Formats: sequence, C-alpha cells, structure tokens
Amino acid sequence: MKNKFESRQYVIGGIIIFIAIAFIIQLFLLQVVDTAYKVSADNNVFRYVTEYPGRGLIMDRNGKLLVYNEVAYDLEVVPNFMRSFDTLELCSILDISKEKLVEGVQKAKQYSAYKPSVVVKQISSKKYAILQETLYKFPGFAVRTRTLRKYPEPIAAHVLGYVGEVNDKIIKSDKYYKSGDYIGISGIERSYEKEVRGRKGVKIYLVDVHNSIKGSYKDGTFDTASIVGANITTTLDAELQSYGEKLMQNKIGSIVALEPSTGEILALITSPSYNSNLLVGQERTKNYMMLQDDKLKPLFNRALMARYPPGSTFKLVNALVGLQEGIITTNSAFSCNGGYHVGSFTVGCHHGGSIDFLHSIQGSCNSYYCNVFQRILDDKKYGKVSVAYNNWRRHLASFGIGRKLEIDLSSELSSFVPTSEYYDKIYGKDKWKSLWIISMAIGQGELGVTPIHMANLTATIANRGYYVIPHIIKSIEGKKSIDPKYLEKHYTTIDRKYFDPVVDGMELVITSGTATRARLPGVAICGKTGTAENPHGTDHSIFVAFAPKNNPKIAIAVYIENGGFGSTWAAPIASLMIEKYLNDTISRPLMEEGMVNANLINEKKQ
Amino acid sequence: MTTRKVNIVKSADWITILLYLMLIFMGWFNIYAAVYNDEYNSIFDTTQRYGAQLLWIGLAIIIAFILFIVDNKAYHFFAYIIYGIVVFILVGVLFFGKEVNGARAWFELGPIGLQPAEFGKFATSLAIARFLSSFNLKIHKLENIVIILLVILTPAFLIILQNDTGSALVYLAFVFVLFREGLTPWVLIIGVVVLLLFFASLLLEPLTVLISLYVFTIILFRLNNNKALREILIATSVIFALSGVIWLVVYFFKLPINFYFSVVIAIFLAGVYFLFYAYKKNLKVVLLLIAFFAGSLIFSFSVNYVFDHVLQDHQQKRINVLLNRDVDVKSAGYNVHQSKIAIGSGGFYGKGYLKGTQTKFNFVPEQSTDFIFCTVGEEWGFLGSVTVVLLFVFLILRIIYMAERQRSVFGRVYGYSVASILFVHFAVNIGMTIGLAPVIGIPLPFFSYGGSSLWAFTILLFIFVRLDASRMELF
Ligand SMILES: [Zn+2]
Repeated sequence: MKNKFESRQYVIGGIIIFIAIAFIIQLFLLQVVDTAYKVSADNNVFRYVTEYPGRGLIMDRNGKLLVYNEVAYDLEVVPNFMRSFDTLELCSILDISKEKLVEGVQKAKQYSAYKPSVVVKQISSKKYAILQETLYKFPGFAVRTRTLRKYPEPIAAHVLGYVGEVNDKIIKSDKYYKSGDYIGISGIERSYEKEVRGRKGVKIYLVDVHNSIKGSYKDGTFDTASIVGANITTTLDAELQSYGEKLMQNKIGSIVALEPSTGEILALITSPSYNSNLLVGQERTKNYMMLQDDKLKPLFNRALMARYPPGSTFKLVNALVGLQEGIITTNSAFSCNGGYHVGSFTVGCHHGGSIDFLHSIQGSCNSYYCNVFQRILDDKKYGKVSVAYNNWRRHLASFGIGRKLEIDLSSELSSFVPTSEYYDKIYGKDKWKSLWIISMAIGQGELGVTPIHMANLTATIANRGYYVIPHIIKSIEGKKSIDPKYLEKHYTTIDRKYFDPVVDGMELVITSGTATRARLPGVAICGKTGTAENPHGTDHSIFVAFAPKNNPKIAIAVYIENGGFGSTWAAPIASLMIEKYLNDTISRPLMEEGMVNANLINEKKQ
Repeated sequence: MTTRKVNIVKSADWITILLYLMLIFMGWFNIYAAVYNDEYNSIFDTTQRYGAQLLWIGLAIIIAFILFIVDNKAYHFFAYIIYGIVVFILVGVLFFGKEVNGARAWFELGPIGLQPAEFGKFATSLAIARFLSSFNLKIHKLENIVIILLVILTPAFLIILQNDTGSALVYLAFVFVLFREGLTPWVLIIGVVVLLLFFASLLLEPLTVLISLYVFTIILFRLNNNKALREILIATSVIFALSGVIWLVVYFFKLPINFYFSVVIAIFLAGVYFLFYAYKKNLKVVLLLIAFFAGSLIFSFSVNYVFDHVLQDHQQKRINVLLNRDVDVKSAGYNVHQSKIAIGSGGFYGKGYLKGTQTKFNFVPEQSTDFIFCTVGEEWGFLGSVTVVLLFVFLILRIIYMAERQRSVFGRVYGYSVASILFVHFAVNIGMTIGLAPVIGIPLPFFSYGGSSLWAFTILLFIFVRLDASRMELF
C-alpha cells in the first residue's frame, strides 16, 4: 500500500537523529570537556574537617614544665548549612543571652556563608558535654576543639612568647595557615613555630544534601593524621629565672645569664615583665592593650632590645685590644692624677700616681684606658685614625658587638658601635681626632650595647677567647641535634694568652676592687662594674661577672636602670644569681632581702 | 480485504521486544542505584522503590503477554470505546481522584496508585489511528480537522485541569503523526520558526534579531529567484539610506526614539513600496516573504511583552533556567544545576555502579523518577549516557521502520503515534537533565520509577508489537 507522503518518514527520522546528535554533543561537553562539574560534585559531597593538634610542651633545662595546653571548645557555625532551630534551647545550654547568639550568627554571615566562623568562644568542658549530645538539633553548628596555652608559673614571659590568631598577611604568604589558626607571635613560640605547632590533619567525610555526615571517604585513605607539636626543652633554668625575676621586682632593667662553654641562656630576665596567662583566652586583647599602655613598658624586651652605654665594663675590651695590638703589655703603667688631661680637656678619675695594668681593672682607672684608647687610635702602623678605628671595631665585632649575634629569639637588636663613616659625616672625612671620641675608652659616648651582648662578651672572656652564639634551645623532641650554628665556637681576634691577665684583674675587682659587695666566700668570681651615664636621671648600674674563675659555669650581665654605681645594685644581684645557680642556696639572706625589697621605680618617680 | 493466519510468535518483532527488556532492566538497575543505601539493600524489599519497581516490571510483562494474545482486530474494533472509557476516567479523576501536591491526578486501588493521564496516550493513539484510517479521508477538510483536534485536545485539556501541563504537552507529539499522514509541512515549519524566534527574541538584542530576520528573508528570496541579486542590493541600500535619514531626523529633533526603531521605520517604509511593487507585478513569492518578515517581527516584539506580562513567575523562571539567564542555583535552577553536576561529574567512564556521590547523597531531587538519567550519567559516564541515548533512538527508528511496513493505515498511524510519543518523552526528559530543555516533569519511558508510566508505555508499545506481528494477515 504505497503512500504519496512516504518520503516524510525521512524528515521525521532526520529530526530524531538531529536531537540525538545534539544530546550526544551536549553530553560530550558536560562529561568529557568541562571538568568544572567534577569539582562541583566534590564540593557538594566532601566535607573537609581539620584536626588541630596540641602545640608542643615547653620545658626548662631540668625538664620542669614551663608551658602546657588546656583544651578549649569553640562553637562554630556555617551560615549556609543552618536550618531553623530552637534558639532558646541552644542559649540555655551555652548559658548566653539570645542577643549574643544572634549577634554572633550575624557576624558569621557577614564573614562568609560557606566558611565556618566562631560564634561562642571557649565553652567549658561541662557545657561542651551537654552540647555534644544535642548538637544534631542545631544543623550548621559544630564544635571546634582548640588548645590554649597555660603557664604553671608566670615566669619568662618574654622568652616563651605568646600565640595569637594569624593575620591576613600570614594567611596570604603561608598556605599552611587558615583564618582563625593560631601562630607563635613572639619568643620561643615564634622561633620554633614550625616544630612546636605540629601538623594539622584533615579528615574527609562524605555528606548528603542535608550536610549530615555519612561516613569517611574511602575509609580514610586520603585523610592526613594530625601530628602533635614537638616538645621543646629550653636552656633556661626555671629556678634561676624565677629567682632573678624576684630580685628584679620593682626595678627596671635586665639580667642575662649564660653558660659560657655552650652559649646556653640560663636566665633572660627583663623587668618589669608580665604574666603570660594574661595573653591567653577571651581577655587577651583587653589585657594586651592594658600592657601596651603601661608607662613602664612591660612588653619591651630589654634584655634583647635595650641599648645602654656599657660604661666601665667596656674597659675589659679596650684592655684586650691594647694587649693584642701591642699598645700595652701587662707591665705598662700610666699616671693618673685625678684623671686624663690633654690641654684643658679632662676625663676625671680618682687615683693618684702611677697605675699598672692589674690595678687599672681592679680600680677601673679612667686615665689608664683613655691613654690606651688614644694610643690604639693614633697607632702609627695604621697611618690614619679612621683605619686604626676600623681595626678596633673589627676586634669588637669578633666579640659579637656592633652587629647581631643571631640568637634564636627574633627580637634581638644589634648593639651600636659607630662606624668611621659615622664620624666622617659629623666631622668631615678624616678630620676627626682620637681625642674627640675618647669617651668610648670608658664605654660612654655613642656606644649602645644590649644586655645579651654584654653577657656574651663576659662569656667570651670566661672562655678565654671564644663564644658560642647564645641560644634558648636545648633539644627538640624527635630531632637528633639543634641547629649546628648553636654548637660552633667563634674565636675572637685576641690571642688566648691576653685573656689571663684581664681575668686576673677581674678577680681583683671582687676581692679588693670596686665590687667587693659581690664577694662570695668559696667561689672565685671575676667581674667588672660599670655605670652608664643617663642624661635623663640617675645613672644605670651595670655589672658583668663570671664564676668560678677556672672552668666557669655561669657568665652574667646585670643592668639596673637608675641604679647608680655598678657596685650598688647590679653587683650584689649578680652575686646572688651566681650563688643561686652554683650553690642552690643563699648564704646571705640579708643581702637578698635588701635586693628583693629595694624599689627603684618609686625612686625614679620621686 | 482477505486475511490469512500467520504465526504471531514467529513474526513478532523480537528486536523491539529485546530493546524494551533492555531498557526496563537498565532502568531498574539505575533506580536501585538512585535509592540505594547501605541499610536497606534487599532487592525484593517492596517498601523500597527498587523492590516495588521489580513488582511493576513483573506486572508489565504479564500485561504485555495478555496484549499479545488478544486478537489484533480487537484494537481496531474497540479503539473508540477504549478512548471513551479513558476520557471518562480522566473526567472522573477530577472529581474522585486523590489529591497529591495540589493535583487530582491519582486513583487509589488498594496499595497501588494509578495515574490515568498516563493511559490517555495509548487511547488517543488508537482513536487517531482509527479515525485517520477511515476510507479515503481528506485530512485538510475542515470537519476532519475539527474532529482530529477534538480527539487530541480533549484528553490534553482534561490533563491540564489536573494541573499537569507537562503531560499535556506530550500530545503535541501527534503533529508528527499528522505530518506523516499528509498535514501541510507549514505547521511543522511555522512551529520550528516560532520556537527559534521565541528563544532568539529573549536571548538576543532586538537589532540582532531584526538583521538576522532580514538576512534570512533575503536568502529565501534568492533561493526562489537566482537573478535577484540586483534588486536585493538596491533594496538593502535603500533601507540603509532611509534608516540613516530617519536617524538624522530623530537626532536633529531630539526625538525619544532609539536607533533600532529608526531601522524598523525605514524597513516598513521600504516594505510598503515593495508591497505595492510586488502587488502590481503579481509576485506572489515576494508578497509571501514580506508577510513572513512582518509577521516574524511582530511576533518577536510580542515575545518579550508576553514573557514579562503574561507568563507566571514560575514559568518565567523555568525559561530563565533553560536560557542560563540569571540562574539562582539555590531555587529554580537547583534541579538542573545539580543534575548537570551529577552527569558532568561522571566523566568518560563514569564513577562506577553505586558509586555516584550526587546520586547516593540525594543532591538531585526526583532522581528515581524524572531525573533518573542523572544516575546513568554519573555512574556510567559518557559511554553509558550515549548507550542509553542510542538505545532510545534505535527503538524509535525501529518503530518508524515497522510503521512503514504496515499494510493498514491503522497500523501505520498507531506506529507513528508510539514513535512520536516515545520521542517527545525522550527529548524533553533527557534534554531537561542536560540543560537543553526546560524543566517539564515527564518520565523517561521504561526507565523512570512508577507503575502507571511503565504500564502505560508497555501497553502503548505492545499493542503495536501485536499489530505488527499480524501485518502479513492483510493484503
Ligand atoms: Zn684613675
């Protein structure tokens, strides 16, 4: 039965095939060409849950705990996953007002609809226990476990440092950190952040359309476990640190104690300090502002950042340079008739007659060192003063003075020793004379040396010619060795033989010189007093020392602002520190009491 | 006409039956995947959709068998009666049906819900086949057109009253049947042009539509008259010059008319002259073309008006989703967005059976019914999707081939009805899941979950398989 419209079957067939081809092309585009849909499907179904490991513990050199962790629970919300829920019930579990919850959720919405943000911080573990049971009723809400730093004894705040939330700059530069993460901001927490933070872990869960978890993805094959932060043992002696902080109460200044042979920091005290527990938890920001506004600057790390003129303690360096350069011998003597006189120019002193090398240290003779320094600078073999000056500066640098030591605490400043260009600029190129900068002979003038650099100088003398860069790290859990740069000996440009007479002089300072108050029966202490001129008020009291004389165990630098002569406050405090460290008991309770009770801050105010 | 007995089992089209069985079982496997969860996985658990579907499949095969043993002449004989009964039921469901989601579209027979709308398709096909097979029928006679429209539109109208516009749209499939039986091709051409113009008007700038229309008209003109190049060039430059002049006037007098309208005015002025010229020289083609051009332009104008003022909010949204215009993936666009993610994430080879994450975690709504193709796309990938598309195309073309070999008009028209209905379902359903058609909730034949639709398609197809098996009885 033929039909005249028979050919129309091909039109209809053509339309069907056309549609089929269109479908196959579209399927090819969706499934093979465009990869965006695969990503979208993953985003739909995968929920990445970060696990935060606890930060490593921090201990002192004897294993005493300095920093530990306490668990805290934060309630987070992802606004987009929120459904209607019983606000009153949630508020009563958390014991907060409805306004506070609404405000928190509002803030979270402003931050991001898809990313979690904290609504209520630091829920107690008791409330957390109840909340955990009922959390399913509050879709979109989750509890994030965090660890907070805790300090059993509030010591060494500046050494330990504190942690805080990362800022945008860090998030941009380091992919490890996400908004809300914690990072070490100062002290050890900052220097050893990578070790102490551990590694965050990620668990991948599958979720359904209601965002409820249906299980872990491929049985956790792609999960990464979190790794707890490494425990850190520091070189600090907690007892010594604590004792030093007690001695420094009501005083402004700093104490740095090192183990000379190793460069280990035994104590690093800056006063006034603060209680580390203040910078943890909900009150952190408020407390930080309070500390920042304090006129005594408790946040300022004087031990590493305050530059003082070293005063007479600097004579030790000039003695060593003089010996090394052949300007003087241990037999050299200079006359001191009440000071150093050139024409009408005078640097005062209190001696009469001729002073020899040993007594120049014992009695801290200004004239002697003005003569030495002048001769160093006017040394014919260097031709020009600037060349001789730079040579002197080179010797200083070999003690680590005039540059950074690169210790493992980030806030270290370099000590300041002017360059020859500095004087060229002031006086004109090579127009300046030795006499014009003679005050540096006795550690005054433009010199600015930080307590840690002064302590390192003392340790170098104790070692008779070398130092190891001061450091706070003793060992890191899981690591065989600390950074080798903290094991290496740095030798000075001074021959070993020149140290012995200087050390002998330092011993005399204690036994029969300017610091007899620091005498400690049974222990051969070697030291040197100093007074830093303070144009704003009472001079600063400085004392450096090491003990015992042979095979020294401790080198120390003590700075007391407005403490007057070095012998008044700094020397006894150093002596007590040495006794505490070497003998572990104090045989001079009266002296201790006097030092502890002294209030030099009020004096300043009056 | 004489008849002879033939072995219907031998002459049955086993290719079609095989394709049918492949599709229903592939459908079942995908429903299992779409509903699958770890807690209930006994395949015979009839409280779960895959268990129930297995039961529906069993019943469907029994229905197919019964249809097959019925005498082929019965379908021709009872065509109008069946049609009448179904229309009666469609009316009845409006009053006595169970209301689900605001639509009275269901009858409850014990545990089974029946959707009469599904059965309207085969009944209408039988009625149309019976009518068109009337001896010496002239399709373009007005009274015949009226009868044909009544037969098709009555069930469609009743289904619209059930609030199921999607299922009613399927009745447009009969245009293909009527076209095959001699309906003027203009219905199809105008339909396509209207559809293209509709989307072009919504998607493109008016000026672009205007220029495209002009170029298209010129091409049609040139196809009709090879030597008309000179006239075309003259006409084009006249329109250009005229619109330039009008634009200058508009600009000079600062009239509130934009450039587009000055071009429209120029074209109409030129059009009046061409109309006069064509009328005088009796150029019928030119008259027709001008009418086409003007008509299209007016239609294009009105589309935007209709879209903004006549269409309801949800209808606008569906069209916007289809056209990718300001899609809100959280509400109106959600289904299609998630559906495309599911299919797109399948990749070339798919994620593997029961491994589709979009499917498993219910990101795509209605996944066992209207969006069942997502499961295919996600778990079987490009290979699986293309296989399903090809199976459908093969089945539909096979039915057309079978329809053409019928010796009776009744058989041929019925065959074309089956092919057209399957085609519309296939095109709209898969087109919707891959973002090529608007979201119209109609099932994918043999694949989607649901007893009514499975049985209705089985009946539709197996009546034809039965007719085809006896085709040699007539000669
Ligand atoms: Zn003197």
